[in-house]
Amino acid sequence: MTAITPYRSTTQDARDGFGQLLHAEWTKFRTVRGWVVGMIVAVLITAGIGIFVAAGGASQSCQSVGEGSASGAGCGSGPALTLGPGGEPVTDNFYFVRQPLAGNGSITVRVTSLTSLLPPAGQVFGATPDRPGLVPWSKAGIIIKSSLSPGSAYAAMMATGGNGVRMQWNYTGDAPGLPGAVSAASPRWLRLTRDGDTITGYDSANGTSWSVIGVVRLAGLPSTVQAGLFTASPILAPKAVNVAGVSQGGGGSTASSAVFDHLSRTGAWPARTWADGYTEGDQAAEAQGIGEYRQAAGRITVTGQGDIAPALPQGEPGLSEVTVAAYLIGTFVGLIAVAVVATMFMTAEYRRGLIRTTLAASPRRGRVLAAKALVVGAAAFAAGTLGALGAVLLGTGLAHSRGAQVFPEPWPTELRMIVGTGALVAVVAVLTLAVAVIVRRSVAAVTIVFTAIVVPYFLSAILILPAGLADLLLRITPAAAFAVQQATPQYPQVQAYYAPVSGFYPLAPWAGLAVLCGWTLAALGGAVYLLRRRDA
Amino acid sequence: MSQTLHAEWTKLRTLPGTGWLLLAAAALTIAVSAAVDAASTCGPAGCVADPAKLSLTGVQVGQAVVAIIAVLAISGEYSTGMIRVTLTAMPRRWSVLGAKATLVGGLVLAAGTLAVLGSVLAGRLILPGRGFSLAHGYPPLSLGDGPVLRAACGSVLYLALIALLALGLGTAVRDSAVAIGLVLGLLYLFPIVASVVGNQHWQRHLEQIGPMNAGLYVQATEALNTLPLTPWQGLGVTAAWACGALLIGGLVLRLKDA
Repeated sequence: MTAITPYRSTTQDARDGFGQLLHAEWTKFRTVRGWVVGMIVAVLITAGIGIFVAAGGASQSCQSVGEGSASGAGCGSGPALTLGPGGEPVTDNFYFVRQPLAGNGSITVRVTSLTSLLPPAGQVFGATPDRPGLVPWSKAGIIIKSSLSPGSAYAAMMATGGNGVRMQWNYTGDAPGLPGAVSAASPRWLRLTRDGDTITGYDSANGTSWSVIGVVRLAGLPSTVQAGLFTASPILAPKAVNVAGVSQGGGGSTASSAVFDHLSRTGAWPARTWADGYTEGDQAAEAQGIGEYRQAAGRITVTGQGDIAPALPQGEPGLSEVTVAAYLIGTFVGLIAVAVVATMFMTAEYRRGLIRTTLAASPRRGRVLAAKALVVGAAAFAAGTLGALGAVLLGTGLAHSRGAQVFPEPWPTELRMIVGTGALVAVVAVLTLAVAVIVRRSVAAVTIVFTAIVVPYFLSAILILPAGLADLLLRITPAAAFAVQQATPQYPQVQAYYAPVSGFYPLAPWAGLAVLCGWTLAALGGAVYLLRRRDA
Repeated sequence: MSQTLHAEWTKLRTLPGTGWLLLAAAALTIAVSAAVDAASTCGPAGCVADPAKLSLTGVQVGQAVVAIIAVLAISGEYSTGMIRVTLTAMPRRWSVLGAKATLVGGLVLAAGTLAVLGSVLAGRLILPGRGFSLAHGYPPLSLGDGPVLRAACGSVLYLALIALLALGLGTAVRDSAVAIGLVLGLLYLFPIVASVVGNQHWQRHLEQIGPMNAGLYVQATEALNTLPLTPWQGLGVTAAWACGALLIGGLVLRLKDA
């Protein structure tokens, strides 16, 4: 009885690691010319539409300068946007009653009244406000500002029309103090102290027991600063936009008036008298007779308009200042191209019967899908990022070279928009792949993904759906991920028409992308389950 | 020709998907329209919508399914190789395309009529409860009203034209995924780009030439003088796109090897 040795191949076992699988899928992807072309088309179209939008915006800016103002300002020399210490555009124009403060010191005051006037009911833009009413973010209080130049650093304690006492600093900083409205019966005491670069804000209801609201460090604060009393009264935003894109529901300028007393100061105040006026010398407001400082029997009245806050692109459609987000509008066409490629990356396997070879070579089906998702996701990420980068860089460059103004964003925001767009396109590619595994049909997969992401985006952000429905769609559908393209953040301390039509999404950028990722994970789960269960 | 029509009808009729997709197009249109109706309000601050257009919003979603039906009618033949049998049996290629266009157009007209009637009915039932009532100057939607009838008939024709556009593009590019991507991109490109282009001349031109936005002017019943085109001119633009796509598709079918 002889032992029979079974035959053993002398060829070495090939490695069957995940790396090999990735390499196999990558080879499939890169050797189909149509798919590579599809990805390149996605990049070119995304960037191309951005350039088109930039080209279409530039001449409008020239026109509106020519038509709108008789000042003879040339094309592109419109009013420069003021930038704050953080690089974001700001509004820095309010009624300021000030004296220089040399070195350390403090200022304390009591506010006994803050009243506002609303624009007339007929809503004529630029009309003088004449109706008493509430302006939620009217501001009156004390401020320490590093200089009078627009956009300079500051810290302020203030009473507001509808948001209680606040400490605000450097335009975007905002901390709440005592709640409730100011009146003679319930006055508010405010105090700011300067110690080197540090400014501390206090409030009090009675002038004896004080609580700290915020401690702020203003880097590079000069030794002599401007300090004093101020009043600001921001423009009211419209409450709705109608089908034709025209604002409705009472927007316009407001004016506010505050009464102070018990003013006391410590430290060195070399000037003997108070200077007063708008920080930007606002002729329009002064022409209307709004903006004044009166002092009688220890009571100081300061009346003013304007605001000291982050600036937002103007909400009026057609007149809006272009944000970088406009140049990314081509993303949705890029998405379609990528979705078509991702679909075919899967459905071609079924159509040609290649899936049987694929699964014979690598029987662990979940890993096959993971490798495919990685390959198509990485290619889509590259395409999306490149397209967005091209759109933003070339669009902004073209707009600047044609003299149009682009609403500036700090660079981390632009980076988030570009990389976020790449991530959006990549996740959509993976979602499409998963849907293609589930439905196995190209047309159905492309249409399902399109209907899930582009249609809700279109209905909410372009077509004007009722605000509640638009908000819901952009929270729960995969279209929520377009939030990564939001340019200007929503500031709670600035009242504006925050709606998808004006470029504000209901979810935070990465939260929106997380919604899309959630849908994608669910689809991937279904795809793995079906791929394992079903016969190829 | 009747032979060709009969052959194409048999192919289309016996595909399992056709009937379901036609039903889905109608159901989706009605469902989206009803959802938008139910989410709209007309408060004391004033109404910000055109009720006829509002109640036909679903057409914008239903058209995607219509495009699928049309694309599949031709690309299905290419993916299975059936096209070679078809063209061997019926060598006159323009006739084949003509027969397909007639049948797909006819089926979509039928489904579109159902979809639009359902949407108008939903609007008639839902909108008065949402504030679009006589008290605010809105009579209930009625097809007896000239502009509403025009909006409804125009929407049905619009859906049929979208089907022809998709059929033409599908014939030209042959692959179903590419064709549907092309159709959907083409439809949505113009309105989305127009929404961010600042130059008002460009914006107006984009709104005038887009197959979707121009065609949907046929749904407007209010503020007609603010539209860049009259309703029927708008539908004419869509028709021109459909003819152009069919022409290109026909030429490719005629000149290129199947």
